[in-house]
Amino acid sequence: MRNLGLDVLLKGTNMLRLLEGLWVSLRISLIAVAVSIVLGLIIGSIMTGKNVIIRAVTRLYLEIVRIMPQMVLLFIVFFGTTRVFGINLDATAASIIVFSFWGTAEMSDIVRGALISIPKHRYESAAALGLSKVQTYVHVIIPETLRRLIPLSINLVTRMIKTTSLVMMIGVVEVLKVGQQIIEANRKSSPNAAFGVYLVVFVLYYIACRPISFLAGRLERKWS
Amino acid sequence: MSFIQIEHLSKTYKGKDDSVHALNDINLTIEKGEIYGIIGLSGAGKSTLVRCINLLERPCEGKILIDGKNMPELSEKELREERRKIAMIFQQFNLLMQRNVLDNVCFPMEIAGIKRKEARLRAKEYLKTVEIAEKAKAYPVQLSGGQKQRVAIARALASNPEIILCDEATSALDPQTTGRILKLLKQINEDYGITVVIITHEMRVIEEICGRVAVLDKGNLVEEGPVSEVFKNPKSKAAKRLLLTKELSEEGEENGLN
Repeated sequence: MRNLGLDVLLKGTNMLRLLEGLWVSLRISLIAVAVSIVLGLIIGSIMTGKNVIIRAVTRLYLEIVRIMPQMVLLFIVFFGTTRVFGINLDATAASIIVFSFWGTAEMSDIVRGALISIPKHRYESAAALGLSKVQTYVHVIIPETLRRLIPLSINLVTRMIKTTSLVMMIGVVEVLKVGQQIIEANRKSSPNAAFGVYLVVFVLYYIACRPISFLAGRLERKWS
Repeated sequence: MSFIQIEHLSKTYKGKDDSVHALNDINLTIEKGEIYGIIGLSGAGKSTLVRCINLLERPCEGKILIDGKNMPELSEKELREERRKIAMIFQQFNLLMQRNVLDNVCFPMEIAGIKRKEARLRAKEYLKTVEIAEKAKAYPVQLSGGQKQRVAIARALASNPEIILCDEATSALDPQTTGRILKLLKQINEDYGITVVIITHEMRVIEEICGRVAVLDKGNLVEEGPVSEVFKNPKSKAAKRLLLTKELSEEGEENGLN
């Protein structure tokens, strides 16, 4: 059998370093996800309002995020701000800012979509039962919005975790960068390491994202 | 004084450049314990009219007196109290998907602050009345349209209403199921003495259970009276047109489908 280059992972603390790298990725994405969910719920609800200015601003925001590659955003925030504003941002902080900025935009759009998909007669029916505005939201609208929200937002979360591999471009040593370092350090002794290391990185991402999509699938089936 | 009294009711939706007169100076009275039908083609304003009765739509002008209380003058809180006496069932059933049948029926009682144990006991009774007691543990997605409407009717009964408003309640159902739901409404009307107001575009619904009928056309009340009279001798264009479509569809059923 060919040498898959897995041996290099058993050398020294290589495996542990990879796991630490994974934690760096997960930490960035999970903080950004938490921020995005909270802000997304708020901004998404605001977006359903009738105020023309708020709608224009939020739409512009969403367009910017959609059009701009995440990498460009990372470069603007990390390299750009340092020169122009003299703010010395830590690379991890810059990553969290960019991912929150992106996640919030997408989350708001998901929330907005879920809210406007609730038909008018649901509100009417609740009012006809004698429910107050607050009761209508607590008992009828929010539970229904959440179940429409979950599949799409889980999809967003996994995309955010995957995309953290970009942060190595601004010098954050996350799982992919650690992998590269290991490969470089062992170029002579195990030239096949690239395959083994990236295979393990793939498996690590899989292990990190799989439970989330599994949960989403379960919830979807339970509620359909 | 009639039980439900609508006086000079008007509703206009204001757009940017033009406004739509959904209802023009409607006057009608509904007596306690009767089954009253309101018929019209889509866009005639019948949905708006029924929503004015429990003030889901706020009228621009006019009075809506229910048992002597003028609805538009009530405060938010009084209105909520009053709405509990006016149940409403919809074409879309509007059950809570995350709750099973029994909990759906318990829902208005929970909101009204009735103890869980008592609410469940009463809910089971109502489910028996609408003949769906065996589905108490099922979720709405597992039910057919007719069964969902039965649950909605049981839920309407749970708030101990004096009036039930039916907004195209049978329009999503097949003819046989429609017949059975109408029979159930009739039975509830007789057993509990609940006043029933039915909005529909189907002549047959009116014919089967209503005592009196009002015909709406483009926001105007064009004809009103006992069903037999209006149907035998329709005076307005709208009523004639409705009768004609009914005859045509019946002929179609007899000749075409069988």
